Amino acid sequence: MAGALNLLLWRMPQMAITLVLLSLAAWFSIGLMPGDPVSLAMISDPRLTPADIERLRALHGLDQSLIARYLAWAGGVLRGEFGYSRLFAQPVWRVLWPALLSTLALVGTAVLLAAGLGIALGALAALRPRAAPVVDGLALLAQAVPSFWLGILLIILFAVRLGWLPAGGAPDAGHSALPFLVLPVATIAFGQMAGYARHAAAALSAELSRPHITSARARGAGERRLLWHHALPNAAVPLLTLLALDAGALVSGALVTETVFARPGMGKLLYDAVMGNDYNLALLALLLVALVTMLATLLADLAQRWIDPRIGER
Amino acid sequence: MTRLHLGLALLLLLLLAAVAAPWAQAWLGTDPFAPDLFARYAGPSPDHPLGADELGRDLLLRLLYGAQVSLGVGLAAALAASVLGTALGLLAAWRGGWVDAVLMRLADGLLALPALPILVLLAAMDPAKLGLPRGEAATDMLRIVAILVIFGWVGVARLARAGALSLLATDYIRAARALGVTEARLLWRHVLPGLAAPVAVACALAVAGAILTESVLSFLGLGIQPPSPSWGNMLANAQEAVFEAPLAALWPGLAILLAVAGCALVADGVARRGR
Repeated sequence: MAGALNLLLWRMPQMAITLVLLSLAAWFSIGLMPGDPVSLAMISDPRLTPADIERLRALHGLDQSLIARYLAWAGGVLRGEFGYSRLFAQPVWRVLWPALLSTLALVGTAVLLAAGLGIALGALAALRPRAAPVVDGLALLAQAVPSFWLGILLIILFAVRLGWLPAGGAPDAGHSALPFLVLPVATIAFGQMAGYARHAAAALSAELSRPHITSARARGAGERRLLWHHALPNAAVPLLTLLALDAGALVSGALVTETVFARPGMGKLLYDAVMGNDYNLALLALLLVALVTMLATLLADLAQRWIDPRIGER
Repeated sequence: MTRLHLGLALLLLLLLAAVAAPWAQAWLGTDPFAPDLFARYAGPSPDHPLGADELGRDLLLRLLYGAQVSLGVGLAAALAASVLGTALGLLAAWRGGWVDAVLMRLADGLLALPALPILVLLAAMDPAKLGLPRGEAATDMLRIVAILVIFGWVGVARLARAGALSLLATDYIRAARALGVTEARLLWRHVLPGLAAPVAVACALAVAGAILTESVLSFLGLGIQPPSPSWGNMLANAQEAVFEAPLAALWPGLAILLAVAGCALVADGVARRGR
């Protein structure tokens, strides 16, 4: 367990530094975005005099330099004052929390489905060499399909043509959320499946030719037991590596998918915040997404060490 | 036919289609940039082989001109990312020490982050505040290429560094050093050629990634701005017309799919050949 503790001690400062650098970079790129809150106020109220605008700028701290504003903002965040969202006129955390939960539900379901299907396909390719080219082709297809295009095609087929499922959005209060989850989950899972299928096939076929499998087979273990009990636990390590490496891409994919399906979540929130000049919300949403992604990576790394304790001892 | 050949053939076909856009326009005799409101959402016909979009512009021609934009951005971004990534990877492997540590921690940090939300933020920047002209197609493409390179160099740099590290430890490098070859010449003549295979793999993957990311950004309205067509912004238009012209959503996505699959096949083929 010393390895895991070591990993945590290494990762925590690294994550903190990444977040600080990211927030700095984001702060300055927001400073370069067109318009500021006062220019919006100017558009909506033509009676504002230049003196009023000066006063508003001073009130919002917009007359100070970017760095001074960053330090003031960062100090607030460190004290736990996350501020308000301009777009929703609510405390930021009250907007972020439900969005995060919705995105996590989407991503979690999709990853479980993708890993399950991918491992099944990989096992098929490893056990039946004749099925391998088919699995290979399917993996290539899944890798190359742009997920937002797949989403649009699914909408056209299942929502517009067949009318079986909603095209997007969120359920009304009291209705089941399940139908709204089907198409987005399928969209993300299909793309994610490729990597799992490929890695599972490679790891399982390498594992199945190792001596401990031959020995277990000689002792009379059935093929099914060989696969699930003897080969898969070892093959799970590269799959977890894939999960750790892909966490960022997964979250990115979820954000696009949410936009395609107009599904409330971090992706849509972030996009709306950036487009609506809601600095504070955009920044905190970005940092939250980055933090969750890094935590997922850390979790996958810890799980890897738990499955294969040799990893930490190198 | 190997994977490599299949992939190269696919990419060549798409490039030819992109280059042939003006001839196709002359042959069909329609202007893909001029609205024709009588042909809104027209179905496939001899005049419009793939139909027309929401402004009555020919879909086939826009697809071909979009190929110029999408492939151009993808190739330019991947090339820039490969040059930068190879240089940084080589530098990290050769110099070692704190340079290596800083560069690789930076790469780790970028890999651990979700790229898209950061790209959305970057793409929403106003180039005018940096003193660049705004709204021209060429600056638009340059801006997207620059944004794509920020994340694109990482994969190349890691592969180049790993390759350079193993090459730098070989005997022939030691022999060259013993013969008094300067370090610059050593890296240029003796290490760099050995990196061709891993860099080619990383570059092919970078092209695929750049084409995909450009299409996503354009789809979100942050990439190539209309009226310039790109496969991504064509899909954004098509999504709004799923009822009127569902087929319009098919072709740009198929084009992206073929381009990305072509790159993946090339990368796979080169990697297998090296083994």
